[in-house]
Amino acid sequence: MTRPLPALVILSVSGTSLLGGREMRLTGPCEPVVMGDAIPAKGADRRYRIMGFCCRGSEVFTPPTCTPLPPLFGVRKGGTRRVEALQHFLSKSVTFAEKPPFDCKGPTSLIVSHSQITRLYSRFTSLDKGENGTLSREDFQRIPELAINPLGDRIINAFFPEGEDQVNFRGFMRTLAHFRPIEDNEKSKDQNGPEPLNSRSNKLHFAFRLYDLDKDDKISRDELLQVLRMMVGVNISDEQLGSIADRTIQEADQDGDSAISFTEFVKVLEKVDVEQKMSIRFLH
Amino acid sequence: MFLLLPFDSLVVNLLGISLTVLFTLLLVFIIVPAIFGVSFGIRRIYMKTLLKIFRWATLRIERGAKEKNHPLYKPYVNGIIAKEPTSLEEEIKEIRRSGSSKALDTPEFELSDIFYFCRKGIETIMDDEVTKRFSAEELESWNLLSRTNYNFQYISLRLTVLWGLGVLIRYCFLLPLRIALAFTGISLLVVGTTVVGYLPNGRWKEFLSKHVHLMCYRICVRALTAIITYHDQENRPQNGGICVANHTSPIDVIILASDGYYAMVGQIHGGLMGVIQRAVMKACPHVWFERSEVKDRHLVAKRLTEHVQDKSKLPILIFPEGTCINNTSVMMFKKGSFEIGATVYPVAIKYDPQFGDAFWNSSKYGMVTYLLRMMTSWAIVCSVWYLPPMTRQPEEDAVQFANRVKSAIARQGGLVDLLWDGGLKREKVKDTFKEEQQKLYSKTIVGNHEDRSRS
Repeated sequence: MTRPLPALVILSVSGTSLLGGREMRLTGPCEPVVMGDAIPAKGADRRYRIMGFCCRGSEVFTPPTCTPLPPLFGVRKGGTRRVEALQHFLSKSVTFAEKPPFDCKGPTSLIVSHSQITRLYSRFTSLDKGENGTLSREDFQRIPELAINPLGDRIINAFFPEGEDQVNFRGFMRTLAHFRPIEDNEKSKDQNGPEPLNSRSNKLHFAFRLYDLDKDDKISRDELLQVLRMMVGVNISDEQLGSIADRTIQEADQDGDSAISFTEFVKVLEKVDVEQKMSIRFLH
Repeated sequence: MFLLLPFDSLVVNLLGISLTVLFTLLLVFIIVPAIFGVSFGIRRIYMKTLLKIFRWATLRIERGAKEKNHPLYKPYVNGIIAKEPTSLEEEIKEIRRSGSSKALDTPEFELSDIFYFCRKGIETIMDDEVTKRFSAEELESWNLLSRTNYNFQYISLRLTVLWGLGVLIRYCFLLPLRIALAFTGISLLVVGTTVVGYLPNGRWKEFLSKHVHLMCYRICVRALTAIITYHDQENRPQNGGICVANHTSPIDVIILASDGYYAMVGQIHGGLMGVIQRAVMKACPHVWFERSEVKDRHLVAKRLTEHVQDKSKLPILIFPEGTCINNTSVMMFKKGSFEIGATVYPVAIKYDPQFGDAFWNSSKYGMVTYLLRMMTSWAIVCSVWYLPPMTRQPEEDAVQFANRVKSAIARQGGLVDLLWDGGLKREKVKDTFKEEQQKLYSKTIVGNHEDRSRS
C-alpha cells in the first residue's frame, strides 16, 4: 500500500475495538460503494455497503454488512474522501461459502479473492500519479514494459470506454476480469443470467476488439494491415504485409464480404487453447 | 508572584543539570569512540531489543487477526501473478501449434498471434518489474512506525501504548540527540578540513586529513544510529581505483566514507552542501563539476582519468546507477565510469528495512523531509560487502564490463539484477526497445532472410 493511514485513525479504531464494536443505531439507506469511489467527507451517520466484484455480467455483489465509515477514514481532497482499504472496515468477512443474495446469479464466484482485490487496488493507486482515483492513458504509458509492447496502445485503449479518457477502479477491474482463469466448477453452471466476463467467448471478443479499430464488429483489410504494421514495425515491406493480410482474410472469410466478422474469427480460432493463453493466474 | 521565584530557579537548575548530563553522556559514549573508531556495542544491544519487540508486536497482530477470522494483508515482494519466462518465439509457436493442424514451424502470420501481446501487456499492467523499484519496499512484519502499518485494526491496547511510547522516544529523545550529533559532525568536518588545508603538503597533512574525515563521518553515522556490518574488508579500494556501489540514498556516501578514505565526485551545489564541498576540497583533492560541465561527457571522462592515473590520489567513489533505487534491485550501470580503464572495486550495500527504510523517493520527499524521516526511524541497519577488484577484459566492451560488475554486486547483495535504466523513474523508455520487439516478431512471420527465398 502506498498510503498508510494517519496516526489518528489508528487511535480511533483502537478506540472502537476497545468498546467491543458496539452496534450503532443508525437509520437511513445503505449506499453501495466500491473501492476507489468518492464519498462525501462529512456525514458520519451515513451507512455504506462495501462491495466486491463478481464476474457474472454485472460487476458487483453485496456482502450482508452495512457499516458506517468513521469520519477520519480516507480523508482526501476537498469535500470528498475515497473508499480505500477495503479489508480494514468490513466487520464480517466475505467467504466463498456465502451466496450473494442479488445481482450475481448462479454459484458464488468472486472474481478475485479479498487479498487479490486489495493487491490490485494497491497497484491501481501506485499507477495513479495524479491521486484523483482514476487512471489516464499517460499513467499506463509510464509502465516501461507496456510502452515497449508493439500493441501497447491498443491494449491501453481497451480500458477506456467510448469517448472517455479516465478509467476508475471499477472499470479497471472490469477489463482485467476478462483474464481470470476459467475454473472447472464454473463450466457446469446454469445458463441463466449473463455470461461471465472470463468465458471463452468473451476472451475471444476482447482479442477481436484489439483488431477492430473502428468498432464496427468487422475486421476489414485496412484494419488488419494497420494492426500488422504495429506488430512488425519497419521490418516488412508494404507488399508483403498486404499479401499476408489478403491471405488471412481469404482463409477466414466465409460470407464473402472481404472482412472477418466475430463468428468467422471464432471459427478460425476454434482449436486454440484460449483459456490458457488468455488467462493470468494469481500466485496466492 | 514571589512564590514563583524559587520554582523558577529550581526549573532552571534542573534544566541546566539535565543538559550537562546529556552532553557528558554524548561526549563519552558517542563522540570519543567515534574519534578513535571503537564501539561500545550500545547500538547492537539496542537493535537486538528492538527486534524482540517487533517480533512480539507481529505475533500480537497475527493473534488478533486469527481471533476475528480475517486474512492479514501480507505484501509479496516476488510479484502477485505467475509469469512464464518463455521467449516471444516459443510462445507464439506454441499458440500456433495448438490452433492449427497444418505443418508446423513454417513462419506464417496467424490471427492468434495477438494473444501473446495481449496477455504480456495485461501482465505488465497488473505487475511490472520496473515501476515498483521506485517506491519504498513493503515490510512483512510491523516495526511500530505508523508509516508502515497496513493491518492496524488488529492493534490491542498494549500495542497502542507501546506505539505511543515509541513515538515519544523517537521524537523527544532520539531526534534531538541525533540533530545535536549531526550538527557536531558537520561543523567539525568543515572546521577540521579548513584547518588542515592550511598545513603545507606532506605526510602530516595527509594523515590529519584522513583522520579528520573518518572521525566526522563516524560521528554522522552515529547521528543516524546506523548499525553497519562490513564484510571482506581486505578488498577495500586502493589508490588509483574506482569504487562503485548500488545507490539507495545519499546516506550511502556517509556509510562508505566512514570506513574508507575516498575522493568524491559530484556536482557543485549551493547552500550547506556547497560549503561542505569547498571545505573538504581544501584538505584533499576531490572531483567537483560545475553544472555546465556535467553534460560534457568527454570532460568528465578526462578529469576522472587524470585523477585515477595519479597514484597519490584517493580512490573515487561513484554510483553508476545515477539515481536512487529502492534496494530490492540493481538497475543499469552507466558505462561512463567503466570506460576509463582503472581497476573497479565493487561494493554491495544492502539495507535491512525493518528498522527504518533508507530509500529516498525524491519525487515524494525533499531532502530535509527525508533526513527528518531518517532521524525519526529506529535505526538504519545495513551490510556492506567489499567485492574483489575487477578489470576490463580485452574482449569485452564497457557495457559488458558494467553488466558483469552489476551482476556481481546483485548476487552478493541478494538483489534482483535488472537491465532497465534507473532513469526511467522520470523519463520515457527509448523507442529502440519497441523496435527490437517488432523485429523479433517479424522474424516469426517471414522467417530469416534465408527462409524467404523458399516461399
